[in-house]
Amino acid sequence: MEDPPIEECEHDDVNKTEQDTQIEESEQNHRDVEVAPALIAVHPTQNSVAVSVGSDLRVFNLPEDCAVTLVDESGGASHNDSIRTIKYGANGKLFVSAGDDKLVKVWSTESWRCISTVYSEKRVSALAVRNDGLHVCFADKFGVVWVVDLPGVDGSEAPLNKKAVPLLGHYCSIITSLEFSPDGRFIVSADRDFKIRVTVFPKKPLDGAHEIQSFCLGHKEFVSCLAFICTPDYLQGILVSGSGDSTVHMWDVISGSLLDTCEVGAKAEQLKFDASEANCSTVTDICTIPDCTLFAVAIQSLPGIMLLSCNLPSRTLSVVKVVSIVGENFIPTSLGSTISGGLLWMVTGASKLSGSDHSSLSRVKVISGFRKSSPDSLEQEPVVLGDCEIPGGAKLLEKLQGSISIDEKVFLAAAEAVKTAMCNLLIKKQYSVEKRECRKRTRNDKKMK
Amino acid sequence: MLENKANPTINKSTGLPRKRFYRARAHSNPLSDSHFPIPLSPSHVDYSLHYPPLFLSSDRINSSKIQFADIGCGFGGLLISLSTLFPEILMIGMELRDKVTEYVKERISGLRVANPGQYQNISVVRTNSMKYIPNYFEKGQLSKMFFLFPDPHFKEKNHRRRVISPHLLDEYAYVLQVGGIIYTITDVEELGEWMKSCLENHPMFEALSQEELEVDPAVKLLSTATEEGQKVARNGGQTFQAVYRRIVPAS
Repeated sequence: MEDPPIEECEHDDVNKTEQDTQIEESEQNHRDVEVAPALIAVHPTQNSVAVSVGSDLRVFNLPEDCAVTLVDESGGASHNDSIRTIKYGANGKLFVSAGDDKLVKVWSTESWRCISTVYSEKRVSALAVRNDGLHVCFADKFGVVWVVDLPGVDGSEAPLNKKAVPLLGHYCSIITSLEFSPDGRFIVSADRDFKIRVTVFPKKPLDGAHEIQSFCLGHKEFVSCLAFICTPDYLQGILVSGSGDSTVHMWDVISGSLLDTCEVGAKAEQLKFDASEANCSTVTDICTIPDCTLFAVAIQSLPGIMLLSCNLPSRTLSVVKVVSIVGENFIPTSLGSTISGGLLWMVTGASKLSGSDHSSLSRVKVISGFRKSSPDSLEQEPVVLGDCEIPGGAKLLEKLQGSISIDEKVFLAAAEAVKTAMCNLLIKKQYSVEKRECRKRTRNDKKMK
Repeated sequence: MLENKANPTINKSTGLPRKRFYRARAHSNPLSDSHFPIPLSPSHVDYSLHYPPLFLSSDRINSSKIQFADIGCGFGGLLISLSTLFPEILMIGMELRDKVTEYVKERISGLRVANPGQYQNISVVRTNSMKYIPNYFEKGQLSKMFFLFPDPHFKEKNHRRRVISPHLLDEYAYVLQVGGIIYTITDVEELGEWMKSCLENHPMFEALSQEELEVDPAVKLLSTATEEGQKVARNGGQTFQAVYRRIVPAS
């Protein structure tokens, strides 16, 4: 029950052929590089910035210009395995972290105390906080989305340790991303089987969400990330998704129809001089800029970000520009932005880097130049800030990165490890006919346990 | 037909496939990764492949869609009975086991040859319906779904592999039109109770009344049309059925 479904057929000791051994070895290697990307989240009004690397959660308080010490007196366990998802609630009062240790921890952003620890049955792969701040949903690696209601959480009450209730299920598929629509009407879940499901969020979520509004089908690989573009004249928001097929899709969630596709992978390839490293341009993260139709896209193999614009009247997507990071080979693993700051925060790094003692290091960078006064275009050229220009400066970097200066090799290795881990986790393994026959012969379920 | 004469897997007098050449394991793991082609979306389902004479005629564009789905159709007995009962309706069987799907394919094409003009409205596809139902059918497209003698998965650990489950019913409610009917039958009492309670507790399904069950021609086929049902009847076994209608949930 511990392992996700894709790992279910495993090794057997009898009748090993040479080929079997090879397959097993490659699987063993995959197991070794099961690394988690470093993640970043920014408070909606830029009161704080949070970075997670492995089981380590680091928060920096910007107005007070100091590192935050997390207080965990809820009586629940602390994170002890890779954190896979971190998010702030829309009103900024809550912060939630969850991951491979099957813990969902809800923090108050006032006191940075853990208000609640929810125990998941399986490893958690995605989470979302509803705009009302009363519901937290999280998804596990078996495709079930759970809901916890947090009535009256304001940080002052006694810690509550609640039980989660199943809300909906993708049939045994890893859920990669979870988002609420800006109006809170729908919960959108994306999975490894190329699917995006739009479900009506019910009045009584504890009874389950049974009414499916639509399925958004059209990606040709796993869906990696979801985001809603939301502007004052388009409050219901428009859904964009990134995928392992190197594209960004734009969807009408009501009908599930595909509005436009942007081949960001092909665009990123054009920028490169060596064509040798083709076909791995997985879109890893999409970050919308509040009240703006611009959004940033992180792509594996792209040192920098790609800015896309969504034309709401014509419902089309276009590439505005690529912001490259000069002088550093920085491939972001996660992006974050805020309403007021006009900044785009980026992080790269990975947990459990094998053969490295810098296992908990990450690199943070910031791009400025995003203002809501210019919703459709860039007011000024986006500028990659130097380390000393970042709000919080060296103090912030020391806290969030784990060290002020980091050898470039570390985070290049990290980006590579994240790429491999993501492919292993989310792309279906293709076996030749002989190999598949081999695996059938040594199936695990044939022997008595 | 010369080819068929040389082919030992086809019965010479009827043109139908011989079952003994299509032996398969009784069960298949629905959790394993699939390696067969899956349509990107319902609009990518190639109807001309499944219902050739109906969709190849170039004089008009046939806009009808599949309305009945037999999930886990096995050797196709129900489809074949339904085909003549509802000749105007397109229906499809979905089966996970490769060899069984091949058998049903051969059986349908044999029937089409032996009975010109008939059996054009049925087809079969190899797929994992638990994972890919939304890739085949649009919202509210189906009017009937059949789940006949599904794998019981006795162990509690394996209950999540059952084809009727609270989460999967959400997807079935999505592809069924309001008023559409879901038919289930099993010879395993425990599973019968499970399927009934799943449907009973789901806000988007209600049970058909006794009178409605009696006049529904499809209900009679549940225990008689399939190979599995005939086997149960031969052995004098009991069957447990649950037939429910898709409704608009009370808000």
